[in-house]
Amino acid sequence: MNAQPSRTNFSALRQLALYVVFGLAAVVWLLGLAANSTGSAVTGGAIDAENDAITIALRTEPPQLDYGRATDSSSLTVLFHTMEGLLTYDDEMALIPGVAERWEIREDGATFWLREDARWSNGEPVTAHDFVFAWRRVQDPATASAYAFIMYPVKNAEAINRGDLPRETLGVRAVGDRILEVEFEQPTPYFDKLVAFVTFYPINEAFFESTGGRFGADADMLLYNGPYLMTEWVHSASMRWERNPDYWGDHKGFIDTINVGYITQDVNSRLNLFKDGQIADTQLVPQMLGEAMERRWQIDRSMDGTVFFLQLNFRDGHVTANKNFRKALLLAQDPVEFVYKALKEPSYMPAVSLFPYWIRGAEDYFRQEHPPIPHEYNVAKAREHLELARRELGLEEFPPIHLLADDSPLGSISAEYFQAVYARNLGLEMRIDKQIFKQRLAKMDAGEFDIVVSGWGPDYDDALTFGDLFSSWNLNNRGRYTSPEMDALVRIAQSELDPVRRMEAFAQIQDLVQEDVVIVPMYERGWSFVVDPRLKGFKRRAVGPEVDYTYAWIDEQAAD
Amino acid sequence: MRRGMAWYVCKRLLQGVVTVWFIATATFFAMHNVPGDPLLNDRAMTPAIRANLEARYGLDQPLFNQYLIYLGNLAQGDFGISFTQENRQVNDIIREHFPVSATLGILAVLFAAAGGVLWGALTALYRNRMPDYVIMFLVILGISVPSFVVAALSQLGLVTLNNLAGRSLLPVAGWGSVFHMLTPALVLGLSTMAYLTRLMRSSMLEIIDSDFVRTAKSKGVPPALIFSRHQLRNAILPVVTVLGPQIAVITTGGFVVELVFAIPGLGRFFVEAVQQLDYTVIMGTTVFYGAFLVFMVIVVDLLYGFIDPRVRLQ
Repeated sequence: MNAQPSRTNFSALRQLALYVVFGLAAVVWLLGLAANSTGSAVTGGAIDAENDAITIALRTEPPQLDYGRATDSSSLTVLFHTMEGLLTYDDEMALIPGVAERWEIREDGATFWLREDARWSNGEPVTAHDFVFAWRRVQDPATASAYAFIMYPVKNAEAINRGDLPRETLGVRAVGDRILEVEFEQPTPYFDKLVAFVTFYPINEAFFESTGGRFGADADMLLYNGPYLMTEWVHSASMRWERNPDYWGDHKGFIDTINVGYITQDVNSRLNLFKDGQIADTQLVPQMLGEAMERRWQIDRSMDGTVFFLQLNFRDGHVTANKNFRKALLLAQDPVEFVYKALKEPSYMPAVSLFPYWIRGAEDYFRQEHPPIPHEYNVAKAREHLELARRELGLEEFPPIHLLADDSPLGSISAEYFQAVYARNLGLEMRIDKQIFKQRLAKMDAGEFDIVVSGWGPDYDDALTFGDLFSSWNLNNRGRYTSPEMDALVRIAQSELDPVRRMEAFAQIQDLVQEDVVIVPMYERGWSFVVDPRLKGFKRRAVGPEVDYTYAWIDEQAAD
Repeated sequence: MRRGMAWYVCKRLLQGVVTVWFIATATFFAMHNVPGDPLLNDRAMTPAIRANLEARYGLDQPLFNQYLIYLGNLAQGDFGISFTQENRQVNDIIREHFPVSATLGILAVLFAAAGGVLWGALTALYRNRMPDYVIMFLVILGISVPSFVVAALSQLGLVTLNNLAGRSLLPVAGWGSVFHMLTPALVLGLSTMAYLTRLMRSSMLEIIDSDFVRTAKSKGVPPALIFSRHQLRNAILPVVTVLGPQIAVITTGGFVVELVFAIPGLGRFFVEAVQQLDYTVIMGTTVFYGAFLVFMVIVVDLLYGFIDPRVRLQ
């Protein structure tokens, strides 16, 4: 009977619709008033030439701006713009003076002469005492700094960190306000590269005490001495970095205001913001490259610093402990095919060595001075080694191989690729064990794998950040590779003062890793990205901050 | 009646506390039984560094002691400090980010409820005719398409729209003004809206054919009054029933939408904490959401009594 709605019913419905519309409008208005306090209304778009401002997006909220404890790339990025250590990097990744105007590294220690005009954002000078306080704090067990180890070359650091010595015994002291004397535990020729890292940044003691345990938790819980000041930080939403008028130099910090307008891990979302003209640069993943080319964007590439490889387990009872087996694994795969056919990432490079190509040697790039042995893809030879391994191990046939990997898309592709390749070329059965990141690490530490898909990124710009990875005492050597030869070489690499001889030690480490097949190198990770044509001088870095705007400037004239 | 009501509320609240305690306990032990721990990182730690960190977070205590300490702190409303956001209190994280999720959620629920009631009534009035078919088809889409697809598509739509217009009509992502909220709230409320439309349609159809509506008509009650007093009020009951839990789900379940639209809500912390095994944040958000859900269910049960006097609060 109600198939035909009566007219009056419509008027009722219209009435209801009207209520709904007005009601919603009122609520939206009220919410708008409420929301103004919880976020930041970003205006001006990607490039605001009039106000000399740009807007950018960060991948993740920096978890930790207490730089004595920070470890992640997002925090490093923010700190690189707002802080400065004794030394810093120029736009070509060479070390340049920071708070220290000159320095000297000797066999037993180092001296840094600090500049007069380095200031904190409260106007006080940055002094040698600020470094002494900060470094002692890092080693104090109560601080519980995960990166305390990076300072262990300083005398007594490790003992203090273990709680065996008081923090005052740390081998660093201030001679007046402007000279910092460092004493080494053992010769540390690469110490200049270490002090560019955030763990070595200074802290103003009086300010630190005034934060009541909240140092680095908010924008006003830090003093700044870098080219930018962080004037606003709405957690997980936005930040504002403004040019520091009291910064001593004029070689960086050209843009007045950098707005971090968005924080999201969603790479598609950041691409949409870029297309909408809201952010100045964004990362591109392979699926996006087609569209980027259609839009005739200038696609840039750079290395992110990390090398990925299959790490093999040397513990007893694992077939990977057999050298011929490992040789078979190395010979039976081709990283070139993997990178260009399976990953299809144009910014990635097939890896041939433990050391990525951008590592510097004594004069030139390390790779130019000491090229690695080229990779040989030879299935027939691989099968011979496999047969030898089978006989040596006294096996009828090989048990299934435990292949551990992340559950990330890249981890999955890698594991599945090698599963297929080793089945095809060697007839081996790989059992893939996909785990979330932390659980993969737990299994790696426990040695519950034969092969694990893993990677290693640099802490500082020196070959040692990769070179000491497979020493017997390095806890990151999760396959427990042990060789007296390797240990001897690492000791030379750590303490040899002559750069040429030191690099020769690294070259021998490189060869030994290949000869013993400690790893099967996969790829060097890179970025494809696009930058607004009006933004010049923007850098992505392999060491330290992921993105670097300190040398960037706006060029209005540049056409879209 | 009044005293019975107070007693009822007390009883429900007490049950709620027990439920929350149960949630806290189950989460605590489940979480600690997951392999790995929040301190694990790419960089392996020396035993000394690890011991320092364990001492800082109290992980050096036996598990049951940790549990007791945790319950003690929980009773005082202290969730501890986050493992990943290392110098932020979990309480601060909830206080700063829950209002964002809640604002978005409330707007989404309003969109959902308003749209659901409106479309539902419309489809019932137009039963088995074109508007009914079209809306019900959209409803099926709304229910079955997952929110990450809707979110990504709508964001792409916005970009296209803005590019065509030559200026930013609506923001693509971010948070801060009402305009930032509209699209994510619609996306977030969409599946609920679709669900409510179906619910509203079926209950409206039942009412339209009922005796009391016919009686009212024959008495000569104006149709507008019949619609608002007799039809709508009765048909809306089931909608209110599901709305309570839906509010809790929407204000907490916006992870995907928050990620896509770069919104600093609590949903992101909730999910990322599990991936990071950030014990304190997992516990904080779970207990908070659990308490919130329990509370919303109680509120709905009370509301029910007001809307339908036949429902006795016992």
